[in-house]
Order: sequence, then structure tokens, then C-alpha cells
Amino acid sequence: MEKTKLYTITVFSENTVGILNQITIIFTRRAVNIETLSVSPSAIKGIHKFTITAFTTKSLIEKIVKQIDKRVDILKSYYNTDEDLIHQEIALYKIATEKLMAMGSIESLIRQYNIKILDMNETYVVFLKSGHYAETQQLFEELSNTIGVLQFVRSGRIAITKAKVERLSDMLDAMRQIDENPIDK
Amino acid sequence: MDTKKISGSQILIESMIREGIDTIFGYPGGAIMPAFDALFDYRDKINHVLTRHEQGATHAAEGYALVSGKTGVCLITSGPAATNAVTGISNAMLDSTPIVVITGQVGSSLLGTDAFQEIDVVGIMQPVTKWAYQIRRAEDVAWAVARAFYIAKTGRPGPVVLDFTKNAQTEKAEFSYKPCTFIRGYIPEPDVKQERIAEAAKLINAAKKPLALVGQGVILAKAEAELKMFLEKANIPAAWTLLGASAMPSDFKLNMGFLGMHGNMAPNMKTNECDVLIAIGMRFDDRVTGNLDTYAKQAKIIHLDIDRAEINKNVQVDVPVLGNAKETLPLITKLLSKANHQEWIDSFKVYDDKEYNTVIKKEITPENGEMTMGEVVHKVSEATNHQAVVVTDVGQNQMMAARYSKHSQTRSLITSGGLGTMGFGLPAAVGAKVGAPDRTVCLFCGDGGFQMTIQELGTIMQEKLGVKIILLNNDFLGMVRQWQEMFFDERYSFTEIDNPDFVAIAKAYNIDGTLVTKRKNLDAAIRDMLKDDKPYLLVVNVQKKGMVYPMIPAGASVTDVLLGNE
Repeated sequence: MEKTKLYTITVFSENTVGILNQITIIFTRRAVNIETLSVSPSAIKGIHKFTITAFTTKSLIEKIVKQIDKRVDILKSYYNTDEDLIHQEIALYKIATEKLMAMGSIESLIRQYNIKILDMNETYVVFLKSGHYAETQQLFEELSNTIGVLQFVRSGRIAITKAKVERLSDMLDAMRQIDENPIDK
Repeated sequence: MDTKKISGSQILIESMIREGIDTIFGYPGGAIMPAFDALFDYRDKINHVLTRHEQGATHAAEGYALVSGKTGVCLITSGPAATNAVTGISNAMLDSTPIVVITGQVGSSLLGTDAFQEIDVVGIMQPVTKWAYQIRRAEDVAWAVARAFYIAKTGRPGPVVLDFTKNAQTEKAEFSYKPCTFIRGYIPEPDVKQERIAEAAKLINAAKKPLALVGQGVILAKAEAELKMFLEKANIPAAWTLLGASAMPSDFKLNMGFLGMHGNMAPNMKTNECDVLIAIGMRFDDRVTGNLDTYAKQAKIIHLDIDRAEINKNVQVDVPVLGNAKETLPLITKLLSKANHQEWIDSFKVYDDKEYNTVIKKEITPENGEMTMGEVVHKVSEATNHQAVVVTDVGQNQMMAARYSKHSQTRSLITSGGLGTMGFGLPAAVGAKVGAPDRTVCLFCGDGGFQMTIQELGTIMQEKLGVKIILLNNDFLGMVRQWQEMFFDERYSFTEIDNPDFVAIAKAYNIDGTLVTKRKNLDAAIRDMLKDDKPYLLVVNVQKKGMVYPMIPAGASVTDVLLGNE
């Protein structure tokens, strides 16, 4: 069996109605779950950028990416693994002020996790932590196991590649030059 | 009021005329009435064929596109019309057939409110179209139509849906038409890589036992002549997929026959003996490959395709050659050394003889017993001098038509390959006759599929289309029954059919017909059917429990060919 791992799929698309559906139905057909999804306008006006993560195999992710890339409204789609990427997620934690105060000093917690406090009143405190999944998860578990978390939310992954050159305009220029690498049998 | 402005409906028609469209298959209804009203003024320029069901309109558009190489067009209403069209659109998606389907839609202000006959057409169509777009403003109509036709017919062709809101049909806008020639992010034809051409030629030149697999890509690229030159230069034997049928004439000396589950024994067996396999515009469908784990493992594989997503999808290839076959084939041919491969080609004959003696002979020229499907197909093909457009439904009739009809020109087998849509045949034959009025169009169908779209007899009547319908009647859903016999202990679960008097039904539609129950009457009945260009229904009662052999069971290897009773 081919090994499953986490792949990050980047998609640049036109900003038109129904794009997300066009992308997700390709995952649906291949029965691959989307782990995280983040969408926002890209650096180029009128072009949207999707960052999607999914646990799957290399051969399947290649097929999925090619099927996405093939859609008319999709400008470019490619995938990376974590080694190729600088990536980040953001998490927000809402904690009861009373319970937080009861801990005594929270300085070490703030320092250890590099927490930012976004809001604070007599009822609750809101922490912000950014980092990899494991890091935001670790803080969540520590807080839940000690003082409890009233609300928790985590964003989808955003990522930037470590490649030296990577501009969409260059990629679009190179699109006609598409080639397929044969796969070693 | 600016007098230069015209309605969105008029813009639709004017735009289609500029795209060279002169034929539409359609069915009016509430949300598309303004467009139909506009069409009424263009009756001299556009021939509208009223089908009896929207599924029929889509299959007719496919038949028209497949036979003519032009883009088929459907004009239908919203809601149930759109959902009725999903089958034909899906069929066109899987078989890469260029059609543009315009569906009516409720007015923009009613979208999403569960208005009468409102359904999320774009949402439903996205998985089964190359592009689906909702036109909400009259100013967008010309742009959307230009884009739709460009997308449908370029690159790997496919279906496009335009969901046309009622307000966009009635509102007015200025009209100027610019054909679409470029969409950023859409590369219909990737640039050809000279290195890949050279690698492919090198492999072929070194091959002792090359085998080419010819798919519909050759026909879509109009590269039949280029294929012939390629094969002849190095004397490469070639076999065809179901949709690649007629890309090579049947009597072409390098044509080794039909691939796949019910294909010819030799090309299937030889797939696992060749040293270089050259796939041209085909997609290694499971009905061709059988078990992938044992498929052509000994061979170096070259894959010519226009669609990058097909490379390495099912079969890992050694040399991918992306591009339009009309361009890539001659480039490879130029680098080929002349070769002979005669011994290799002759080696196919052992299997051909075996198949002929155990299967073909008794299927097409039985001397006694009940009539067979193969014999009817064989006789009709002979009687039409192998010149007819052969349209099929799906099932045993389809496999028999593919196996035993012969072709002297391209675009001569119209069939539902990928989706395997029962009910495709009759409306597709309607479209084929409209698209090729000067050719004889023979439809082979079974008693099951015929009754799925039987209402299109009405279209044939109204349009006076000389479709020759050959109904191979066994009072069974034959292919399912065959599988029940082979794999389900002869438990014929709901496959036996009580049939009506088909000839009487045809007569009610003013279509002549006859029923043949005895072999001695068959030749005369075929002659009678073909004596003029009028529609005709020939019902032939064939053996109830006929089998299509050879057969490679689903999931078995291409060499696991069953030949039936030997």
C-alpha cells in the first residue's frame, strides 16, 4: 500500500461564483477528505488563492491536482509536502477570566507559547496563538486539561513555498510548456 | 431608448449564428420562452428539431456532433428540463463530445427561492461539464456564448452548459460579437515537446513488436490520415477502442481489430506480448485494460494525448507525448525508420483464426437455429456496402454492432462508450441523420434501450428523418442476462421483458416496419428497409439467450479471454 501523508494543495483561480464547488467535487469523487481550507484574494487583483490540505497518497494527489488544474476557471494548481513549505495556522482560545486568574502567574504560559492576548474582561480572556498544527493543538490540550477552554477555533493552513522563484505570472507563462514526467515503473 | 440594443434572447441567436450554428435540438418551456420566441424569427437560418424529451435533445446533439465534427446545440427550459438533460450531458462529458446546452432559468431576483421550475443548474452541472455558467445579464450573453463554443470544441472537447436567466433573455443590451480565442488558465493544446517526440520515435524504431491503440482522440483531432501514414511507415499493427472505431477503415491491412472486454482476441492477447505499446488518443478505460496489475507490464508505453490529466491516470507511461495528435503523429512519423514487423503481424492470425472458428463463424453465418444478433449486423453492414453511419444503443446490440459492422469512412460508429447510456441510440440516430442527411443511418438497438427513449419516434415522424432502426429483440435485457448466466447462477432477476407490438407502435407514428421471425425472410426485409430514404423499423426476433463472445470478465486480465462453448 502506498503511504498516506499530508499534502498541501495550492490553487489559483478566477474569482467567480461556484469555484469552490468545482474544486471540492474533485476531492469528493476520489473520496479524499479536505483537512483544512483557506481562501483569500491573492497578490494579483482578481485572482483568488486556495490553500487546501489533505491526507492522501502521492499518486492520488497528483491525479487530483491535474483534475483541478484542468478546470477552465482554475489558473494553476500544484501540491507540496511540508518540507517544501513555510506554513502557519492561527488559533483563538476563549478562557474564563476567573479560572485564568486562579492559576496565579500566567507569564510563563504566555512566554512558553508565545501567546498574544486579544481581549480581556471580567468574564473571559481571548488568546491568539499562531504556529503549526501541533503547536496550537498542544496549547489547546494544556488549557483544556487544566482550566478549560470556553471556545476554540483554528484557521486553515496558509503556506508559502521555499522555492526561490515562484510568481504566478511566471507560472502562467510557463503553462503552455507543460510536460509530464514519466513515472518509474 | 437606444434602438441599437437588442434582447438577450436575440443576442443568443445572433451569437450562435456567428459561431456557424445552423441546427438546434430543443424543447420549449416556461423559463426559455423568450429565447424560443426570438428563435421563431430565425427559422430561415436555424433548423430547430423538436425532440420528445430533453434527454433526447442532448443525445441528438451528441449524435449530430459525432457524425459531423461540429458542435451540437440544445435549447431547453429550466428545472425538470435541465435535470432530464443531465444524462446526455454526462454522456458527452465521458465521451468528450462537444455540445452546448442552453437551459432556461428563472429570473435573477428569484434565484435560490425555490421558485417554480427553479433548480441549481450550475451546481448540478459542474461535475458533468467542461464548463457551466449562469448568464444573469443581457450584456454577458455574447461573451458567454463565445466562451461556451470555444471551450466545448477546443482541446479535449466536452459539454458546456449556459444557464440563461429569464431577465437576461428579455433585457436589452448592445450587441457586438467577438469570438473567443483565449482564456487565461485554459490550455487546450499544450506545446509539443520535441524531446518527447524523439524519445517516442526512438522507442518505436527499436521495437520488434510494436502495437498501436487507436482511440477517439484521432477522430476528434481529424488525424485519420496522419495515423495511417504513421502506421504504414513502420508497419505497426493497430487496434481500436470502441470510440476509436472507424478511425481506420475496417479493411486497412494494419487494422487488427477491436480492443477490450468484447473485443477481438488477437489485439487483447497481443497487448501482453508487444514490446512497445503506442496509445493514441485513448484513455486506458477499464473496459479496455481489464486488470491493470497485469496489463502490458512487459511493454514500454508511449501515450499520445491532448489531456494532461489522462497521463499516468490509469497506466504508468514511459513516454508521454502531450499535444494534438494531428501535430504529434506526423512529427513522430518523420523520425521513424521504415520497418517491416511482418512476422509479428502474422502472429496475430493464430488468434484471429481461433476467434473466427469458435465465435465469429457461428455468430455471423449460422446455418440453423434461431437468428443471431451478429448475423443481422453482418447482413446490414454488407447490404449498405459498409458505408452507413452505424448508431448503437447499449448492451449486447452495441457490442455486436461494434464487432460485426464494417466501416469504410471515419465517424461511422456512434455509440455511448463511457457512460453506457441505454436509450442513447434512438435520439443519437436522430441527430446523426440530421448531421449527415446524405448518409444511410442504421441504428442497432435492443428491446430494452429502445423503450427508454421510444418517444423519439415522434421526432423521426415530424422531421421525416430516414433513420433505419434495427431492433434486435430477444425479450430480455440481454447483456445483464448474459452476466446473470455467467456470474449469477442463471438467476434471471428481472431481466425478462414482455414486449409490445413494436411494428404497430411504429405504424402509429406513421413509420413503416416489419417483424422478421425466420431467417429465410431476413435478406428480403433488409433490402426492403434500405430501398429508399424513409424511416423504417426492422424488428428481428433473435435467439433469447444469445451471448457476446469473446469476453474478458470484469477485472480479469486482457489475456483471460473466454470464447464460450468451443
